[in-house]
Amino acid sequence: MREKTIRWAFWTAVLCSLLLGTVLFSLCIGSVGISLKKIIEVICEGNTSTEYSILFDIRLPRIILGFAIGGALSIAGVILQGMFRNPLVEPYTLGISGGAALGVCLNIVLRLNHTLGLFSLPLFGFLGANLVIMLVYSLSIRRGILKIQGLLLTGIMISFIASSLIMFIMAISRVEDLHGIVFWIMGSLEEPNWFLIKLSVLVSILGLIISYRFSLDLNAFSLGEEEASHLGINIERTKRSLFVLASLLTGCSVSVAGIIGFVGLVVPHFVRMFVGSDHRILLISSFICGAIFLIFCDTLARTIISPLELPVGVITGILGGSLFIYALSKKQAVLGGK
Amino acid sequence: MLEIKDLTCGYDSEFLLKDINFRIETGELVGIIGPNGSGKTTLLRAITRVLKPRKGSIIFEGKNVWQMTFKELAKKIAVVSQNFETSFMNIEEFVLLGRIPHYEKFQFLETKKDVEIAEKCMGLADTFRLKDRLMGEISGGERQLALIARALAQEPKLILLDEPTAHLDITHQVGVLDLIKRLNEEFGLTVIMGLHDLNLASEYCQRLILINEGRIHKIGQPQEVLDFQIIEEVYKTVVVVEKNPISSKPYILIVSEEERQRRGK
Repeated sequence: MREKTIRWAFWTAVLCSLLLGTVLFSLCIGSVGISLKKIIEVICEGNTSTEYSILFDIRLPRIILGFAIGGALSIAGVILQGMFRNPLVEPYTLGISGGAALGVCLNIVLRLNHTLGLFSLPLFGFLGANLVIMLVYSLSIRRGILKIQGLLLTGIMISFIASSLIMFIMAISRVEDLHGIVFWIMGSLEEPNWFLIKLSVLVSILGLIISYRFSLDLNAFSLGEEEASHLGINIERTKRSLFVLASLLTGCSVSVAGIIGFVGLVVPHFVRMFVGSDHRILLISSFICGAIFLIFCDTLARTIISPLELPVGVITGILGGSLFIYALSKKQAVLGGK
Repeated sequence: MLEIKDLTCGYDSEFLLKDINFRIETGELVGIIGPNGSGKTTLLRAITRVLKPRKGSIIFEGKNVWQMTFKELAKKIAVVSQNFETSFMNIEEFVLLGRIPHYEKFQFLETKKDVEIAEKCMGLADTFRLKDRLMGEISGGERQLALIARALAQEPKLILLDEPTAHLDITHQVGVLDLIKRLNEEFGLTVIMGLHDLNLASEYCQRLILINEGRIHKIGQPQEVLDFQIIEEVYKTVVVVEKNPISSKPYILIVSEEERQRRGK
């Protein structure tokens, strides 16, 4: 048993140092290259040079946001995969991101963020996400048995409906709102507002702590819901809490950074290969690994066709979508045809 | 230990179980038998709170199970069920899951005691040698033993098994039932198991509950329940009941259609 704890500590340490490396790499790279030595000099000099403002006003906020969103989406993916017992579900493939985006778009078009304050954006994202999660779950459950086969299809259809509704909103909305909506659909870590950045860091870390409380319940869930209840888990209450948690994480991420798909699929998939499927380590390592992945993708997004910038959702979409197809074709072998 | 009073329950609008009444004393080994779809599994699911009764109550150690928390119940009643989803877990991790009901509120890692109990249970169920193998790659019989080991790790007073011998060869059928019998005799574990095979039920159980169309048809010792008239009525099949020459328990022999016709002439 001590052996297991040491193995877990080892992976956590490896991932933490990788995270640090990625953060430094991301600080250095960009349209203006700044060497590591220079960064230290700039920090010592203080708020005078242009490099300082590039580092602290442009790059650092994106890194912090990437950390929060990458982590939040990854653990949302782990939670959903644990609950639905399917490695292919995640906020994006279940349509939860779409629901959240729809909520946020409604908010922008109705200008509720001006009257109710910025806080209403994540709130609407959360409500949209929660609505979809409940819908997907109730549609895919019959006689208390979860129909895994229909789950992904339902989720993808809900995604379509949500994106059609978003297009409908775009068609009838004012030109000045259009830019904001387009931005949400593409998914980007460019967020000038510090309040929203801080909020998403807070939500993602709280989400990690709360989800960790459910790590054993998620382990038991892997045997099936009925089996989990035989192990003393209050299924209904646990599911409800996890639904709220997953929609909070997704809703908050989408309202700040837009739809960034497949993070919750790619990251847990790879993390599981290394650390195993025990949620006590899976949650922590997925969080850190998600942060690394998104910061890295964002660095790619802003350097690959520099000085122009790609939305980070494009990168994660290409990477994640290919992996999804790969995993789906391999799934029969791995999951015994389920 | 367990008392079921006027239990009526089922799925949606159809009632699968009607007016079930029986008592089980501590230390008994009871088999539930009956044709397919008669309600054996439903009865086991009702006892563990998976199905809510429409009427009646299930009293465990003087307490209605619906007034106990899931955790409380899981420390006392363990279930070995048929619906098992293969997972990427090794046997040791799997058996350790049985310790979940005993975890403290903010405990995440298993203690030394948990590991010791899990190892002991794996030893009892003869799965210790498999502890690093994955659940998906062992045979059906070994998996059944691992399921029992996990149930034992819960340190229950009552263990419910649903068809523990389904799809097993005779080696493993006897192995699993011998293990259950030993647990019952040596550790005083109360056992209720649903069984398809009437001869195995006859051989291993002290008492049998025969269910037919959601009602209890007969309760009693194997020689009382496994009477050819009762079996023919419930199963609608011609049988001959003999005595097992070794254990002198009733033994059921089936008669094929060909033989029936030949004898009829």
